[in-house]
Amino acid sequence: MRLEPVRDASLARRLGLPLLALAVTVVVASVLARLAGADPFATLGLILKGAAGSKFALLETLNRATPLIFTGLAVAVAFRAKLWNIGAEAQLYAGALMTVLVGTQLGLPGPVAIPAMALAAILAGALVLLGPAVLKLRLGVDEVVTTLLLNFIMLLVISMLLEGPLKDPMGMGWPKSPPIPRDARLPRLIEGLRLHWGFGLALIAAVSVWLIQIRTTLGYEIRAVGLNPQAARFAGIPVNRVIVKTALLSGGLAALAGFSEVAGLKGNLTLDLSPGFGYTGIVVAMLALLHPLGVVVSAIFVAGVFVGANSMSRAADVPTYIADISVAVALLSMVLAILLTKFRVVRG
Amino acid sequence: MPDLRPVVLKLEGITKRFGTLTANDAIGFALHKGEVLALLGENGAGKTTLMNILFGHYTADAGTVEVMGQALPPGQPGAALAAGVGMVHQHFTLAGNLTVTENILIGTRPLWRGGLGRAEARARIAALSRDFGLAVHPEAKVRTLSVGECQRVEILKALYRDARVLILDEPTAVLTPQETDALFATLKKAVAQGLSIIFISHKLHEVMAVSDRVIVLRHGRVAGEVATADTDRHRLAEMMVGAEVRLPAPSLARPGAALMELDAVSTPPEGTRPGLKSVSLALRAGQITGLAGVSGNGQGALADLVSGLVAPSAGRFEVAGARVERWSPRAALQAGVGRIPEDRHATGSIADFTLTENAVLEDYARPPYSRRGWMNWRAARAHAEKIIKDYDVRCPGSEARIRLLSGGNMQKLILGRALETAPRIILANQPVRGLDIGALTYVQDRLIAARDGGAAVLLISEDLDEILALSDVIHVMSEGRLSPGFPRGTKTPAELGVWMAGQGFDHAA
Repeated sequence: MRLEPVRDASLARRLGLPLLALAVTVVVASVLARLAGADPFATLGLILKGAAGSKFALLETLNRATPLIFTGLAVAVAFRAKLWNIGAEAQLYAGALMTVLVGTQLGLPGPVAIPAMALAAILAGALVLLGPAVLKLRLGVDEVVTTLLLNFIMLLVISMLLEGPLKDPMGMGWPKSPPIPRDARLPRLIEGLRLHWGFGLALIAAVSVWLIQIRTTLGYEIRAVGLNPQAARFAGIPVNRVIVKTALLSGGLAALAGFSEVAGLKGNLTLDLSPGFGYTGIVVAMLALLHPLGVVVSAIFVAGVFVGANSMSRAADVPTYIADISVAVALLSMVLAILLTKFRVVRG
Repeated sequence: MPDLRPVVLKLEGITKRFGTLTANDAIGFALHKGEVLALLGENGAGKTTLMNILFGHYTADAGTVEVMGQALPPGQPGAALAAGVGMVHQHFTLAGNLTVTENILIGTRPLWRGGLGRAEARARIAALSRDFGLAVHPEAKVRTLSVGECQRVEILKALYRDARVLILDEPTAVLTPQETDALFATLKKAVAQGLSIIFISHKLHEVMAVSDRVIVLRHGRVAGEVATADTDRHRLAEMMVGAEVRLPAPSLARPGAALMELDAVSTPPEGTRPGLKSVSLALRAGQITGLAGVSGNGQGALADLVSGLVAPSAGRFEVAGARVERWSPRAALQAGVGRIPEDRHATGSIADFTLTENAVLEDYARPPYSRRGWMNWRAARAHAEKIIKDYDVRCPGSEARIRLLSGGNMQKLILGRALETAPRIILANQPVRGLDIGALTYVQDRLIAARDGGAAVLLISEDLDEILALSDVIHVMSEGRLSPGFPRGTKTPAELGVWMAGQGFDHAA
């Protein structure tokens, strides 16, 4: 068996395979639900209902998608330049930390505080990825290793701060930071709906990244460096500078996920701020084939699966690990479906 | 007179389209037992596509392939091999860390059977080497073999698998003249023993020397079929390009001022490649400076210096009369250096970029292609389309990816990109390597025209004939050292050969 590229995949193939992937997910989830003693035929309905069946559910999905759009964009931008940023998680926490610091320590009025927090977050995230990028360019250190390890280092640093200087004195001893003031929180996108401006910002970021990629010299340079660094260098493209710029952009985008979670949703910093948004960002970016606008779609899909499966496990009263398995099956079968729209399996 | 020998391979009506480009258009021919059939055509004429179809790597849109009267199922790479068709690719498919015997045995035995049956295999390999004149040590590691020896292993590999039809894709591109002669002797022995051979090439004298019959492909069609005995190089060339061919005969040069000057310049060595060792050289306006030498003797270092990839570590380096302070690819471009790199795939272009994107690779950062960081794709596309038109780049369009182009067309785009900026200094590193006659003369004519327009041209080539034909002054490189310049016509190839072997430098320097 081998794979053969498919040129100009038909619409049926491009739509049918992802639908098939969803069907597989539903079947697996149903079987698991049946084993756990729930009504298997209800699971699909429950997942859909949980993800998008009501205004509340839909907004919950979009809220959940917001940080994934940011981390997905961060990964997509970096991977385009073949800069393997596995550290969106660390950059997210760096952004969240700066958001809390600026929001709680400086006492700025709301309209000033919000952009100040965002800028500080972007700067922090960019700096967190700058280190691995410089190490890669100067000493040839593999950025996969450095960015991955920085995730754990960052979590430990946050943990230390939350147990020490940044601990909320009113927090009943829990390791969490003091909340940022009400007027420094991101406003609702539409009055009365539980969806904050972080989502709007994520959409703006996606469109901006897309424009950068197709319209600017930086985007052209990033693509050239990613596809053939030797030819890029020969043509006079400043390869190292482009990689540094890519790192700053990617780190800044990932940090906005932390900013938006703290300033838009949670209000403070805790150690469970991100249930792996940085890592899931890799899945989101891969599902989107590194396309910035595709990232929005795939982030909403992935968030929907998370939210829907969780809601299903609660409603059907089955263990939450069934939700986790459903999410894993959904992502794997979707990745496979996307692979199969580009390649067909041939015998021999 | 019809050939009465049995047909071993028959292609009929093979058609293959890539988008709007028809790579093969109803191609058909028959190969008879015991003959050498040459498949002649320019790069991009459809030779490689045809072979990929024969070997099941591509599926033809129409047409059939028959081996020994049996139709081959399309799209199955194993089928042609099983039917007794062996292929020797231009780029070898050998494992360097295994011995010759092991390389030949790979894939011939089922995985679950223990042992390789070496003794038996060795005896067969020895017999094959003897019968076909393919001398190679069976226990030598492939890594230690020369290019010519590797090719012999590839041929032995095919013979060991009982190939009755042998296809050789540009087999002489990597060989020295002596190795080429040995290969031809082997091919004669093979056909005498009843094998049939398809010899793919664009080198006319080799086709004349080795083949019985020639099929000429042009633009994906069979442009002609002729018995080798009934034709000559000149007529084959005309069939191939569809027009008469002439050799470059540049007029006398009128050298002007030195546009780039090296005075005792050295550069650091890179890996096993020597750097420049106290090289002095002046590239003059209106003159082609030819650089001869055996591959890997510092030509790469000089090319890297001129193109901006490397800065001198010692010596004086002047461009347009001013001492160079900061030197980089971009600085070289700004100083008016047009560059044609040695490797058009790895260095000269980005395979997954479109022709438009490749056309502005060197000046995307300047107006009109971009302003304040924003690309102007309309201007870029217009530029690409101008190059496509002016330099006769055959392609599906400016928005096609450049990987779809043949080597010659890719080189024309790179040439156009370099020459469109009206460069004062032109670096042409192996500009016609691997090109067919049509593209080759085209590129050479353009370089001569640029010289006549007042540019200083540095031509680097391993082909001494090319250097002798084009250069107004010739330097020879050996181990990073540069010989004095010899004006056109003052040195014979044999005399240059002495310098290439590293002699003479002691008195000269």
